[in-house]
Amino acid sequence: MAEEKGGLVFHPMDQFIIKPLFGDGPIGMFTITNMTLWLALAAVCVIGLLVIGTSRRAVIPGRAQSIAEMMYGFVYKMVEDVTGKDGIKYFPYIFTLFIFILFSNFLALIPMSFSPTSHIAVTAVLGFGVFFVVTAIGFIKNGVGFLGLFWVSSAPLALRPVLALIEVISYFVRPVSHSIRLAGNVMAGHAVLKVFAGFAALTAVAPLSILGVVAIYGLEVLVSAIQAYVFTILTCVYLKDALHPSH
Amino acid sequence: MATETTGAVSSCVGPDGSAIGMPQLCFEWFPNQIFWLVLTLVVIFLVLSRIALPRIAAVLAERSGTITNDIAAAEMLKNKAGEAEDAYNKALADARAEAQNIVAGAKAEIQADLDVAIAKADAEISAKAAESEKAIAEIRAGAMASVEEVAKDTAAEIVSALGGKATAKDVGAAVAARMKG
Repeated sequence: MAEEKGGLVFHPMDQFIIKPLFGDGPIGMFTITNMTLWLALAAVCVIGLLVIGTSRRAVIPGRAQSIAEMMYGFVYKMVEDVTGKDGIKYFPYIFTLFIFILFSNFLALIPMSFSPTSHIAVTAVLGFGVFFVVTAIGFIKNGVGFLGLFWVSSAPLALRPVLALIEVISYFVRPVSHSIRLAGNVMAGHAVLKVFAGFAALTAVAPLSILGVVAIYGLEVLVSAIQAYVFTILTCVYLKDALHPSH
Repeated sequence: MATETTGAVSSCVGPDGSAIGMPQLCFEWFPNQIFWLVLTLVVIFLVLSRIALPRIAAVLAERSGTITNDIAAAEMLKNKAGEAEDAYNKALADARAEAQNIVAGAKAEIQADLDVAIAKADAEISAKAAESEKAIAEIRAGAMASVEEVAKDTAAEIVSALGGKATAKDVGAAVAARMKG
């Protein structure tokens, strides 16, 4: 998306290009790319914080262990509050999602980095993964009773078919909104950062542009954490619907 | 959308190395992205569920156990402290009562001693007073006798000086009559 504007050249989307890390060939399924690198970094950071950080098993925690415990407690409480006691066994899956998105988002804030969570392919796998798993859990736990989720028994009888239609549509839109919300937020933020940075080439507006970059960067820090939180809590809400489909 | 082939290695990247359309919608990268994502997620999940989460859960459980024990111990110590304080207060009250008793006893003893001493002193004083009275009476009697004698002598002298003559008996009777009146 190269736009020419009075000598200024903007390539806000170039940061999302996937390149092979070694060599120049086409990108096959197993090619090691820049995205592979940043996914691996995310995994390494997760392991560093949650495994190496807690390796002392101290009763009085150090810094890394405190953060690890805080994240654990935060997500655990979220799962427990939203889904109830019977949702606790899915906690490791939800925690994996949360920690992966959080670390991908934050690592993507390092200049010159790559943001995996800005890619629809990534968030769609996460979002649709949640959707299929949750739907499967719903049918396994409740059988046909899971369809009660769409049958609003508290509404007047005449309205129920209409409501059921709306509920079904909204149910199938969930994974789409779930994944696009995350990718859209991250991508838009990073693209805006690039656009502001592009203006820095003009001496007259450079201070303003730098100020803008700083401001947007601060916003992106918030967005990174909030989007990880939103994705996780929505997963919990969907899981709650699957475990307790009655309205 | 990025569908036209430009002769570059990818249909999504232009010959100048910039993106054609949104790189997010470049479907030829999808298999690669999905493969590495799933691999990453599986790795993270396995590490977390096998190592990290059980460990953190154990640490948290251990800590809450420690805290519970500590609180119980603190409660026990607090009770003990309360008991000790009660005992102390009781001892203090006992000591105070005893002190009161001792003070009262001492006071009574002193009072008794004092009473005895006062009675003795009173008796002594009254004895001394009686003695003194007696002495005064004696002195007074002595003085009266002297006065009578002096009066008789003086009266006899005056009578003789005036040229009269009076017997000692007459003078004595006259003086006695005067002194009585």
